[in-house]
Amino acid sequence: MESVSGVVIEVAELVKTYPGITAVDNISFTVRQGEIFGMLGPNGAGKSTTIECLEGVRQPDNGRIRILGLDPKKDGFKLRERIGIQFQSAALPDRLKVWEAIDLFATFYKRPLDCHQLLETMQLTEKRDAYLAKLSGGQKQRLFIALALVNQPELVFLDELTTGLDPQARRAMWSLVQEIRAQGKTIFLTTHFMEEAERLCDRVAIIDHGQIIALDTPQNLINALGSENRVIFATAQPVDAAALEAIPGVHRVEQIRDRVVVYGPKDGLVGRVVNALEANGIAFDSLQAEPPTLEDVFLSLTGKEIRN
Amino acid sequence: MSVFFTLLFGPLLLIMFGFIFGNEPQAIFGGLGHLDISVPSYTAVIIGITGLTTLPITTATRRENGVLRRFAASPLRPLTYFLADMLAPFVVTTVGILLLFLLGITVYHVRFDGSWLNIILAVCFSTLTLFVFGYVLVGLLPTARAVMIVGNVLIIPMNVFSGALIPLEVLPDAVRRVSTFFPLTHVVTLLRGLWFAESWSAHLHEVAILLGVFVVGVVIIVRTFRWE
Repeated sequence: MESVSGVVIEVAELVKTYPGITAVDNISFTVRQGEIFGMLGPNGAGKSTTIECLEGVRQPDNGRIRILGLDPKKDGFKLRERIGIQFQSAALPDRLKVWEAIDLFATFYKRPLDCHQLLETMQLTEKRDAYLAKLSGGQKQRLFIALALVNQPELVFLDELTTGLDPQARRAMWSLVQEIRAQGKTIFLTTHFMEEAERLCDRVAIIDHGQIIALDTPQNLINALGSENRVIFATAQPVDAAALEAIPGVHRVEQIRDRVVVYGPKDGLVGRVVNALEANGIAFDSLQAEPPTLEDVFLSLTGKEIRN
Repeated sequence: MSVFFTLLFGPLLLIMFGFIFGNEPQAIFGGLGHLDISVPSYTAVIIGITGLTTLPITTATRRENGVLRRFAASPLRPLTYFLADMLAPFVVTTVGILLLFLLGITVYHVRFDGSWLNIILAVCFSTLTLFVFGYVLVGLLPTARAVMIVGNVLIIPMNVFSGALIPLEVLPDAVRRVSTFFPLTHVVTLLRGLWFAESWSAHLHEVAILLGVFVVGVVIIVRTFRWE
């Protein structure tokens, strides 16, 4: 198998076991240059193990990995010169200052970025003299991304980038990732946030129990579900589910306190639900139609909801 | 805090024991005073404390916090890391030793017959060997807590029984026989010998043992040291 041009990551039949558990169970995929590729799955699904095998910090039991055409096991030092890594759990001494951390990591590489420029891009200029212990979660995460970018990498690994961040910081992080990609870099990320995968990734591999159970663009994954939409409304009255289930095409009806969810085919669902409600004299409020999301894809593929 | 402690520990020992024992010539020490032989001996105490506790506890804590893991994800070479990691404790230790020497020679007028070059070489060699010993602890033990416990459990009897803190001459024979298994004993013997102008060739035994500790230690580190 020769390295195809434009392919940045090649993984074939990757297996990694720990005592008593197969963390990664025979997975294969490729990532193309310039992609944002996401690995989505619940905690413990094997995402971090996979990403760490790709980074070369963990040795797989079986399988073949090529990153930028290099074998992470044999060419580790050469590879680490060309990739950027942000770990899910890593730390630096609390008594280190922001600029010192960047300055230190810059010395590890042959062609580092200018420290000022990097601080500017990461919006850390004001914090350059702050101790790491004094940074907020979002600032610390930005610093770790800065360290992952200091060597001008061709490929960046981001493991659970936004875990522990508030929604605002999370959104800021997403636009940052898009900016990084706009510079022509390839991004491989793992997440257990559906919305993150859906909004950010060009392609998503859904992983559960160490296996890839689906791999496509978020839209194709959703489309593959069929065209099931849902209509949600609120009502103060008791609702006879049978009356709604009798609507042509409706698959099922869920009631959660005063909210009712009607599942059915996309075309004409809203109109039919509204008609049925009026025909039955049910007063309703804040009615809305929702297209399916990756959450539904995950639910239908695994039969369970992803937990944060 | 730990820098301050390491710098002043040697001088403090000298001042405290100077009060207790003074520096009168004594037959048991071949006509030397207590302080005369204490200066080279306390050197070993400083080296031992840094090598078996300060250095390995710091490293093991960094491993536990994920700092080493972050370094391992860069092209930083392990040897570069170890050399950089040793630099600061090495400088602090040697400066602390220098302060001990200066206090001993200028204030207490202890006898120094050896050559500075030999003493400096021996201090550097001994420090590196004990640092290697410290990294062996990090390689063999899983947590920073375990390193702290084992480091202290080793250093306390070593300091007491190796002649570092209490002259070998006043220790019972049984203790002296056991103490030959401590690397620190050989550091003390080497430093005391060179301090009173004995030659390296008179101490090939100590040099060989310390060199053995160094080489075996490096092999153990290469085999067992993990970055996470």
